[in-house]
Amino acid sequence: MAQDVWVNIETLRGEVTETSYTMLAAGKAIAKGLGGSLRAVLLGNNVKGLAGKLGAADSVTVVDHPALADFNPEAHLLALADLAKKGAPRAFLFGQTASGTDLACGLAAKLGFPVASPCRTFKVEGGEILFEAVTCGGKIIAEGKLPGPTGVAIVMPGGYKPEEAMQGGSPKVDEASPESDLGAARTRFRAYIEPDTSDVDISKVPILVSVGRGIGQKENIEAAKELAAALGGEVSSSRPIVDQGWLPTSRLVGKSGKAVKPKLYLALGISGSPEHMEGLPGWETLVAINTDQKAPIYDVATYGAAVDVLELVPKLTEKVRATKS
Amino acid sequence: MNIAVPIKFVPDLVEEMEIDSSTGKLDRTFMRLVPNELDEHALEQALILKERHGGTVAVITLDTGDVDEALFTAVAKGADRAIKIAGEGYAEGVTSHAYADLLAEALKNGSYDLILAGTQAVDDLDGSVGALLAAKLGIPYVGYTVKVVAEGGKVVATKEYPGGLLAEIEVNPPAVIGIQAAEKPPRYVVTSLVMDAMKKAKIDEAEGAAAGLEGAAEITGMRPPEAGKGAEMIDGDANAVAEKLVGILKEKGIL
Amino acid sequence: MIQVESADQFLKQVSGSVAEGERIRLCLQCGSCSGVCPFGFAMEFPPQAIIASLRAGELKPMLDTDSIWLCVSCYACTNVCPAKIPLTPGLLSSVKAEKLMKSSVPTELQDALVNARKYGNTVGESPRKRADWAADFTVEVPILAKTKKPVDVLWYVGDYPSYHARVQQVTRATAKIFKALGVSFGILGPEEQSDGDVFHLAGERGLFELLASKNAKTFEKYEFKEIVTTDPHAYNTFKHEYPKLGYRFPVRHYAQFLHAHLDRLRSLMKNKLEARVAYHDPCGLGRANDNHIYEEPREIIEAIPGAELVEMGHNRTTSICCGGGGGGMWLDGFAWEKAGTRTSEWRIHEAVAAGAQILAVACPYETPRFDDAVKSTNHAKDIAVKDIAELVADAIQG
Repeated sequence: MAQDVWVNIETLRGEVTETSYTMLAAGKAIAKGLGGSLRAVLLGNNVKGLAGKLGAADSVTVVDHPALADFNPEAHLLALADLAKKGAPRAFLFGQTASGTDLACGLAAKLGFPVASPCRTFKVEGGEILFEAVTCGGKIIAEGKLPGPTGVAIVMPGGYKPEEAMQGGSPKVDEASPESDLGAARTRFRAYIEPDTSDVDISKVPILVSVGRGIGQKENIEAAKELAAALGGEVSSSRPIVDQGWLPTSRLVGKSGKAVKPKLYLALGISGSPEHMEGLPGWETLVAINTDQKAPIYDVATYGAAVDVLELVPKLTEKVRATKS
Repeated sequence: MNIAVPIKFVPDLVEEMEIDSSTGKLDRTFMRLVPNELDEHALEQALILKERHGGTVAVITLDTGDVDEALFTAVAKGADRAIKIAGEGYAEGVTSHAYADLLAEALKNGSYDLILAGTQAVDDLDGSVGALLAAKLGIPYVGYTVKVVAEGGKVVATKEYPGGLLAEIEVNPPAVIGIQAAEKPPRYVVTSLVMDAMKKAKIDEAEGAAAGLEGAAEITGMRPPEAGKGAEMIDGDANAVAEKLVGILKEKGIL
Repeated sequence: MIQVESADQFLKQVSGSVAEGERIRLCLQCGSCSGVCPFGFAMEFPPQAIIASLRAGELKPMLDTDSIWLCVSCYACTNVCPAKIPLTPGLLSSVKAEKLMKSSVPTELQDALVNARKYGNTVGESPRKRADWAADFTVEVPILAKTKKPVDVLWYVGDYPSYHARVQQVTRATAKIFKALGVSFGILGPEEQSDGDVFHLAGERGLFELLASKNAKTFEKYEFKEIVTTDPHAYNTFKHEYPKLGYRFPVRHYAQFLHAHLDRLRSLMKNKLEARVAYHDPCGLGRANDNHIYEEPREIIEAIPGAELVEMGHNRTTSICCGGGGGGMWLDGFAWEKAGTRTSEWRIHEAVAAGAQILAVACPYETPRFDDAVKSTNHAKDIAVKDIAELVADAIQG
């Protein structure tokens, strides 16, 4: 127990989320460094069948209960706390997600475990678990040590390739029953609301012209749309644009939006915060246009130019049209 | 409906983040602290609920220095009460755990139906305040929400999943709800009303314990991300850049 | 200021808000204001209708519409009103103020207001970067907090001239002219706050007063003979509004300043321009506060070798606003959706029709606005937009 690593597996509508695999890859590395084992903790209803997908772990503990069919922060927390009280690991990983963070903090505060977030990578040195966290909108990397005896780490994407943990397998599976009365929880999952699929699916569009705060006023988005049309692509955006209602949520690239892997991503006035970059697991060419030379997006972009978006876009549209005609 | 909105003060990202070489931590000399953006959304959502269902809204924060204006602004927007907790060590930076501990102490006897907090803050290194606060108060938490409605004694929060999928989660108050976005962007309040609030309203002051580091990991250092390893920068004015980009796109077979 | 409950209360408030405000009761309902207003056709309540509504005791229907945000505080109505009602600073900014009190304001303008409150500039940039335009520059630009020396001219630069890439070009051109003339000048740099003229006209009087008190305190720290600014908004605010708060500083718009040095400039301007130039009269120098500064900028242009001055159909008192005043700078999206037209585009059509090859401007909002309009009207091959400072600096350049 003492040197083991647990991963809270997230499922959504019967599928294991990509974040879960990122955490398994991270967990594997930590467990190896500690000389301990990696355990996947899977909460849900009728989910035993998913254990076969968690081959990256040495063992899987399944907690199966009707109240856990869909994510319910309170019920899930009760079940996890019951489990952790019986014997907690050295490190417990959760996703920095709508289903992970609620649980991580709740469990940590309930059982007195310290928390480190949002961790991107880990290292084990001299028996200590070291982590790097990306903070302040991506402008600062914080380095730290995950304290024991049980440390909770909230894991952000980007530090590990989820594909590395996607091997199937037959890990040891054991079942645990919650001791608390999950039905007595004051929180209840009601229903899903499906996304509006009438708009284009940007994750299937190879050329994206994406607008961020730097686009200034709503009407400047017209210019971005014209550029997208000229290039044969679509517009997408970062969160502030969607929050203002300037583009529908279907166009959101990022944590709560779509994850895209386009051929060309033209980031106009986007700083490159972690929440946005989470929506870009890959790309062929990323061009960043931002007058802030220190914008984090420049660290990862293929090309960059610190010119005014509003000056560049019409000129680029003109030249693209000229080339195509 | 009595609602409390805790406000976390965080570094303003408009300014450059600098690292104090002697401490390896953020240099707070020129740092401007501003209310966490998502807490502003939480306040907006609270005010919307008050307008719909009646009740009161209280804002509460730790006195990290220069917080009065934000509190008076909240009052000018419609908050009924503003509370500031003063204590040792707050100005040097407070962890999410310490915020949650101190807030729990201050809010535990307040008989609030709902506590609305931003679902995260830009400088969180040990989890989010709202989620920790809920656990410390022993009440349920629902985070990453974009809508909160009250329905016959219950509260329905809409949780946001990737890809635009949403989930309605019902909870019996009291509860803490983590706000990702309010139904509408935070409202504007004219300066004259803020000035009025500064003259007429009073901020309740409370004493808090010293801010500790319990619950957080030990931060051994901070550094800026690897600079410039990434983008190949294109020089010149907009015209030159446009020209070069077209060339690059042709090379890549996109044009 | 309080939120008003009735039409009568609002009329009283307007009457007391500016000098001669009570003239609102003399409205003839002639409709000249609504007719001359560049956006009158798209407003549910153009000025005449606002007054009619108030007189009929009806406040809410008028306040419930958002058409007031089409008003760009161009003073066209104020200028034409036979009853001499101070419509722009009195009535229209009071309506905007009431909307703001109710938190009813288009988002982009809200952002500009919030930014000005937080950072002292409307663009939301760090105040520490306000003088970055002067770094790596051939002209040495003294920042008064550092040099602490008395100067003749405190050059008030402004938000857009400090931070906006296009307008920074005009700022640097202005610095070059000062250097060529041997002017003793200094700037405030990071200490400088937005002049706030836009806020006072957009209904945020409290924000204006806050910024004014900060600027006035800063001005008082330094020794200078006068303030010179390239921004007609700043000119108006320092000349007409600051004194009402007790802050009195001599101020000239840079067109007046250069005009006073015209003989010297004539001897320095050797490069020929060879172009027909139309001059756009900014509202701030012209109709606003009856400034009526029309001839000095023209004489400067005529002094440039090879420049041929042409006049657009609307000029001097009838000049058509670029659309940037009274909050308009941030309301283009809103105006476009409501009105489907841009006054800046009308102006470009007029300039081209007048045979101009260069549209000369003298206000920092105008350069980016007219640049955009040149593109959107597809006249990039016919006409270029230049601030007078750029024309003069180019004529001087060795």
